[in-house]
Amino acid sequence: MKITVRVWRQPNSQADGRMVSYEVDQVSEDMSFLEMLDVLNERLTHEGQDPIAFDSDCREGICGMCGVVINGEAHGPVQTTTCQLHMRSFKDGDEIDIEPWRAEGFPILKDLIVDRSAFDRIIQAGGYITAPTGAAPDAHAAPVPKNAADKAFDAATCIGCGACVAACPNGSAMLFTAAKITHLGLLPQGQPERDSRVLGMVAQHDEEGFGGCTNIGECAAVCPKEIPLETISRLNRDLLGALVRGDSN
Amino acid sequence: MTDSQAPTTPDPTLGVDADSLYVEGDAIADTKAPDGPIDAKWQQRIFSARLVNPANRRKLSVIVIGTGLAGASAAATLGESGMHVKSFCYQDSPRRAHSIAAQGGINAAKNYRNDGDSVYRLFYDTVKGGDYRSREDNVYRLAQTSTQIIDQCVAQGVPFAREYGGLLDNRSFGGVQVSRTFYARGQTGQQLLLGAYQALERQIAAGTVTMYTRHEMQELVIVDGRARGVIVRNMVTGELETHFADAVVLASGGYGNVFYLSTNAMGSNVTAAWRAHRKGALMANPCYTQIHPTCIPVAGDYQSKLTLMSESLRNDGRIWVPKRIEDCEKDPRDIAEEDRDYYLERIYPSFGNLVPRDIASRAAKYVCDEGRGVGPKVGDFRRGVYLDFSDALSRMTQAQIAAKYGNLFDMYERITGESPYQVPMRIYPAVHYVMGGLWVDYDLQSNIPGLYVTGEANFSDHGANRLGASALMQGLADGYFVLPNTIGDYLADGPFDALDESHPAAVEAKQAVQSRIDHLLSINGERTVDSIHKELGHIMWEYCGMERNEEGLRKAIGLIRELRTEFWTNVKVLGTNEELNQALERAGRVADFLELGELMCIDALHRRESCGGHFRSESQTEDGEALRHDDEYAYVAAWQFGGTDQPGDVGKPVLHKEDLTYKFIELKQRSYK
Repeated sequence: MKITVRVWRQPNSQADGRMVSYEVDQVSEDMSFLEMLDVLNERLTHEGQDPIAFDSDCREGICGMCGVVINGEAHGPVQTTTCQLHMRSFKDGDEIDIEPWRAEGFPILKDLIVDRSAFDRIIQAGGYITAPTGAAPDAHAAPVPKNAADKAFDAATCIGCGACVAACPNGSAMLFTAAKITHLGLLPQGQPERDSRVLGMVAQHDEEGFGGCTNIGECAAVCPKEIPLETISRLNRDLLGALVRGDSN
Repeated sequence: MTDSQAPTTPDPTLGVDADSLYVEGDAIADTKAPDGPIDAKWQQRIFSARLVNPANRRKLSVIVIGTGLAGASAAATLGESGMHVKSFCYQDSPRRAHSIAAQGGINAAKNYRNDGDSVYRLFYDTVKGGDYRSREDNVYRLAQTSTQIIDQCVAQGVPFAREYGGLLDNRSFGGVQVSRTFYARGQTGQQLLLGAYQALERQIAAGTVTMYTRHEMQELVIVDGRARGVIVRNMVTGELETHFADAVVLASGGYGNVFYLSTNAMGSNVTAAWRAHRKGALMANPCYTQIHPTCIPVAGDYQSKLTLMSESLRNDGRIWVPKRIEDCEKDPRDIAEEDRDYYLERIYPSFGNLVPRDIASRAAKYVCDEGRGVGPKVGDFRRGVYLDFSDALSRMTQAQIAAKYGNLFDMYERITGESPYQVPMRIYPAVHYVMGGLWVDYDLQSNIPGLYVTGEANFSDHGANRLGASALMQGLADGYFVLPNTIGDYLADGPFDALDESHPAAVEAKQAVQSRIDHLLSINGERTVDSIHKELGHIMWEYCGMERNEEGLRKAIGLIRELRTEFWTNVKVLGTNEELNQALERAGRVADFLELGELMCIDALHRRESCGGHFRSESQTEDGEALRHDDEYAYVAAWQFGGTDQPGDVGKPVLHKEDLTYKFIELKQRSYK
């Protein structure tokens, strides 16, 4: 099939950007979306035009490196990562808009590439369990109810891609933050730091310029790993508890 | 090291002589493993290694390249100990390293199943699985350390699969008859890496680790014979930065992308390891490549990567092809049971679908070569076999299957448009892991003092074939427990003299990087980087893939040399260095792959035996299994770079042999029948 893509081109973080149109021929429906861009980039290179810069690494939906807004939707029309989106989701003659994540917390570096280091700083503010190497008790010392372990796992599958932020009208990263709060908060190992974790991570979230959550739910609707919105309820409950308990922790 | 000419008498059974391609140097006499009973060696080494007291650790610094399991765990642990760590990754966050994509699980000799497992059995299985080409001492230590890893990860909050009683669940994996694999659905690598990543971020917050994302190592800096620093390129601004430390750890992963198509991440590359190799670090067993049997088959020539379907699927899926070629185009559901050939169960009745990866891969190649492959034709052949869950679906509910493999089934359906709940999956082998890597001693130190290598980037533990769920085990063993206990012995002599950027070694290294980049940007030829990389991949897959022979390997070496010349005279890299330039990044990596590819072929050519993932068609048993020649080849082939500083000039490599002696395990022909 033959399609037209309109792509956000911006040479660097300081320069202005604009949408540029390209036609792409001989697109196979078995191609991934990023392979379609690869094919276009090969052509642009032959023509002496700067290829389109975009992030990707594992291309199997797990590293979280890829992610663009396709026709206004984060990761496009299917609830998956951009690398797992295939061209069979489009048809001959389609016009497709491709833009970077747009959020105050994610400055654009070039074309479709943004800086997501704010996510790392949110994790630094408490998204871990302090367990120095070598200090661990036997793995069976603390049984975890299967239900809690499964739910913790579901939250832990967050890949940190940032689609939740891109989709949120407030540019909030609450789903990302809440996924980690939920993962660690459901496990016995995560209890000692539960209060300091939520206080630290939420404070850092706000400091990075991400907006507040107003329960719109766009984040969960685009999340490729289907992190549920209820993780944010858990975050709010933990936050309230931590604030009430205050200095005792 | 002195070079002496290798014996020039050609092996009459194998035809043409390959010895003009390399020269033989001194043997490697000592791996520095302690003497004594095998189960006491590691404790002995921990005790004999010199210590650095906590106050002095603050004066020491270490550079760690790569943030996968082996790098993040090492950086976090060294940071916790009080050292100053600089950690580098090419991705935008350390959490993206390709360990994240490991699916199936991590082995540990916990014997929680009470099924006869033990440290010794894990050791035995790993040496046997590696086809007796790994070091006993290292493998035993790996098996010993495995149990600590699970404890550590659980303490970090890694959400392993659990049973209703709240205890950890296990499953079995290829090449073994016990259930010792711990897992987190089909995302074990992700969960283990996030554990290590979070430990790393904790140290970044504590100020012991400084993180440099979107920075790629370009060169190693050696001062007075010691690894003292690196030149890295800031991938956003293009700036070349010089960083110094008292030691350098390479945890930069494997080089499977030399095949272009592999299950590795797009950015996985050999550059850090190859730059060290060019500066004198020995590259060991580079031809040992693991071809994973269960990947989604190639669909077209635009394809950028291959996707693995976890080996764990072989627990419940049955592999088959039609008995008759004329059935290959049929809908598999219309092929009667008696017309199906469950070839692994037929040939290997005791291990069945769970034979080791190299055996399963080659068996798939053979049935496809016979014309009994399924799926679309790629070239003249259909390259696919069925992995069928219909038996499992009649034994278990769809929900039970989904709980075990749901994410894999979803991923398969997204890529192929077919649901494995309805139609059998199609799978085919793909390059997945490399057992070869930089040579290290028992301490994980390379032959360059102060240069340590961990994880897939080193060669040490898997011999000629790695068992499933052992890569995660090795990465974390190296990073959490081995390196932090051995590097202190070297650093006890430090801190070494303070250096600055004006040191001649640093200036020279930086200039070399700059001129290489300038050269790449100035060629302005006709070929894109990707087109050359694809061509290299075709050569490697055709002649240095699942099956190798003398004639093909010699041909491949010629083709690679021509392609390398083509690259350095006709590649087209647009733009400048002083910007985010992804074509330039790729060009640098492909330049190094073009040198590595030749060494892999020379290594494969010189090893005139079959072992594990290295299958020479001239050396097989009557049943078509890998036939080793222990009298001649029970050694590690460690190659010294023989070229010059000129890009593309690899010269003649020098072979150093480290004899493998088996004191505890008897060498046998592997049998999984």
